[in-house]
Amino acid sequence: MRELSLHVMDIVQNSLSAGASLTEISVTEQGKQMAIAIIDNGRGMSQEQVKSVIDPFFTTRTTRKVGLGVPLFKMAAEQTGGSFSISSELGAGTRLTAVFQTTSVDMIPLGDINSTISLLIRCNPDRDFLFRRAKDGKEFTLDTRELRRVLGEGVALDAPEVMEWIDAYLAEQTETIFGGTI
Amino acid sequence: MKSLEELRAIKERVQNQVAMREDKTGALRVQVGMATCGIAAGARPVLNAFVEECTKRNLKNVIVTQTGCIGICQFEPVVEVVSADGEKVTYVKMTPEKAIRVVNDHLVNGNVVTEFTIGANS
Repeated sequence: MRELSLHVMDIVQNSLSAGASLTEISVTEQGKQMAIAIIDNGRGMSQEQVKSVIDPFFTTRTTRKVGLGVPLFKMAAEQTGGSFSISSELGAGTRLTAVFQTTSVDMIPLGDINSTISLLIRCNPDRDFLFRRAKDGKEFTLDTRELRRVLGEGVALDAPEVMEWIDAYLAEQTETIFGGTI
Repeated sequence: MKSLEELRAIKERVQNQVAMREDKTGALRVQVGMATCGIAAGARPVLNAFVEECTKRNLKNVIVTQTGCIGICQFEPVVEVVSADGEKVTYVKMTPEKAIRVVNDHLVNGNVVTEFTIGANS
């Protein structure tokens, strides 16, 4: 894939199909490292499944015999000299972390992460997402639970006006932590 | 700066209109394949194009959503349009430009864009 943000979109689909009501996505840049963490409260996996999930020939889907999402993400991290880890507990959820060395020639750009977050919210208005973006000490968060509290029962998260606010918020905050140079 | 205050104002403004929008009976479902295969082939810009075009045209009887891999990865990005009576049209090798045409011709005017369907591309 051309962007890490597409990997994020792909990996989060796993959380959603595991029935997660809350998925936390964080992108943290510190110096020459970038860490992407995806933590969900879905049904989790057994220790055996955790081991096999990095195997391209393991998948839960029935349409074909390969599952490339997690192996490709792991490869993207490791080819930069970074690391990848996944841990899970049945009934509690799954935590996945990938660390990238951003100066590596094999580093894939993060890409349009805001678009990924926005589409995830838009297409899954009944789920919650917590997005955290940090760079060298500056950070911002978007918590759909917080937005839901403000909006109350009457207005859905995927109402066009609300989505417009979310997109503008993400763009503004990103500009702020990057000093407007993105 | 976008603040929660502003969001509160949006809530007040939108609340009254919502009742109409909630009525999704007889809605068309647009399902974009968003598994590894779809995303790698460029499904995100396609999904974005559908969302933006439907919002721009204020289409109230359309639900844009995502689905997993339906097993025809070589045709990704795949988009299925499902009507209220369950009839399904499968569009293959989609692009944002094609998506806009599907919105205009199919979702708005009810004319299937035959040249983008799986039947015309396999």
